[in-house]
Amino acid sequence: MGKTMAEKIFEKKAGKPVRPGDIVVVPVDWAMGQDGTTPLAIQSFEEMNGKTVFCPERIVFVIDHNAPSPLESVSRLHDLMRSFAQRFGIRVFEVGEGVCHELMMSRGLVVPGDLVVGADSHTCTYGAIGAFSTGIGSTELAVVMMTGKLWFKVPESLCIRLSGELSPGVFAKDVILHIAALLGADGATYQAIEFHGPVVECLSVEERATLTNMAVEVGAKAGMVPPDEKTIRWVKERTDRPFEVVLPDPDAVYARTLDIDCSGLIPQVAFPHRVDNVRPITEALGIPIREAFVGTCTNGRIPDLEVVARILRGRKVHPEVRLIVAPASKETFLVALERGWVRDIVEAGGVFVPPGCGPCVGTHQGIPGDGWNVISTANRNFRGRMGNREASIYLASPATVAASAIEGKIADPRKYLG
Amino acid sequence: MRLTGRVHKFGDDVNTDYIISGKYKFKTLDMQELAKHVMEDLDPEFAQKVRPGDFIAAGKNFGCGSSREQAPRALLACGIRGVLAKSFARIFFRNAINCGLFVVECDTDKIENGDEVTVDLEKGEVVNLTRGVTLSVPPLPQVMIDILREGGLVNYFKKYGSFEKA
Ligand code: SF4
Repeated sequence: MGKTMAEKIFEKKAGKPVRPGDIVVVPVDWAMGQDGTTPLAIQSFEEMNGKTVFCPERIVFVIDHNAPSPLESVSRLHDLMRSFAQRFGIRVFEVGEGVCHELMMSRGLVVPGDLVVGADSHTCTYGAIGAFSTGIGSTELAVVMMTGKLWFKVPESLCIRLSGELSPGVFAKDVILHIAALLGADGATYQAIEFHGPVVECLSVEERATLTNMAVEVGAKAGMVPPDEKTIRWVKERTDRPFEVVLPDPDAVYARTLDIDCSGLIPQVAFPHRVDNVRPITEALGIPIREAFVGTCTNGRIPDLEVVARILRGRKVHPEVRLIVAPASKETFLVALERGWVRDIVEAGGVFVPPGCGPCVGTHQGIPGDGWNVISTANRNFRGRMGNREASIYLASPATVAASAIEGKIADPRKYLG
Repeated sequence: MRLTGRVHKFGDDVNTDYIISGKYKFKTLDMQELAKHVMEDLDPEFAQKVRPGDFIAAGKNFGCGSSREQAPRALLACGIRGVLAKSFARIFFRNAINCGLFVVECDTDKIENGDEVTVDLEKGEVVNLTRGVTLSVPPLPQVMIDILREGGLVNYFKKYGSFEKA
């Protein structure tokens, strides 16, 4: 009987055959913590009388969620991370380097076939290059730092086959919002999702990361795309580390297979306050907005900033709207500078904040006012997510966010992309 | 492992942002401070209503969203001893056990706000004392039972030093 990608990766790590539901204790290739979760991991590490760190070169700390620090208490937590990292020789990505998940992939750390844990729920993103990566808690991160291992339940897998072709103005974000609507916020709980089909094959690695990033929004443990030539090229441009691609068997057994024809898909919008409260753009047109946000580990990458710049070039952001842009990484920001996108966006009235999470999680840099509608490229629109429970968040693709920023109301991006 | 407490009832998809908002959790490691803001976006008075040993009962997908371990820890700090739900999001479920918070899957339609329940994890059942109904609970993986029995992952690790215990 054939095996899924998840089963094959766990099998390789466990050194024995595994089946969905098995509990395995296996070594991980990378462990990541960010500034919202690592201080608690350090506290747990101390409570467990941790003396040594198992493999410091495979641990990464990222200061991205609340960076630069807006408060003295946050500065202290950042310093706690820095001094712990220094003591054990752990690498720290500092303020302004970018969002943790983007760095783990684009800096050539994670490679296909890796097993990665991160104290952040969107760790599932690295499945875009064929790794099994999943979010864990802080105390678990502490245990992984001490021992290099963690226990896992081998998940069942859900196969999503995306057929047809995306129309102009329709993006990976629209596809994953549509999937969220189909599956619901708990539709894949405890499962690993594999994304297959011609639509996935046509997407860039960055766009695939938009799909895998949001796997957790339907409850999945991981989201994965089988690596192809494109993946291998992308990874080899970033690292010399050897790797072995893990592909699912042709006769792999899935808990469920979902076929989605993407040909007729139009832009999608998730309405407040649920990621699965998704409707086609035609039902959202005209909803007034006061803030527009482009960025995050979902949609802050090069193709995202490119389409935003293209739509804004020579146009103006609506006077009632604050457009905030947070590049996913320093490199993304530099590319946007070199290619003139920063000028396009700033001249149109957009504001850049440092590479990192920006206003995504409501700690700083763009907390909406009472009664505001926000349109955002992020992955979550829970009430209060951006720091004010009196605001409402709509989720959409970068193109839809840019078009809406111009009009001051939710707008169809297709007319700007003709 | 047997506990009795009074229930506060919530609906489906209570996410970790609702349990403890990101705007608080990034600022401090002081769980007593976070405990004041637990469930605030759903019920601003919640923290004052809780008596030590109380339970939360909720619908499906409790704890969806972020991986913040501050969510179960802040619930414990505010006095909540366990959560009963139709289903849980996986990271929250693990985190809860790792912190020593009881998490119990059962049919919470049979539990109302203010009911008194007894949770018995050994027997795998929840008894609603107010309504006289017994609800079954699917068994937990052994590793989770062991962690819970030690009161959380920190104590478990202090005792065993690895997951590959006897
Ligand atoms: S960008 Fe938002 S969703 Fe992504 S890691 Fe940062 S806070 Fe989390």
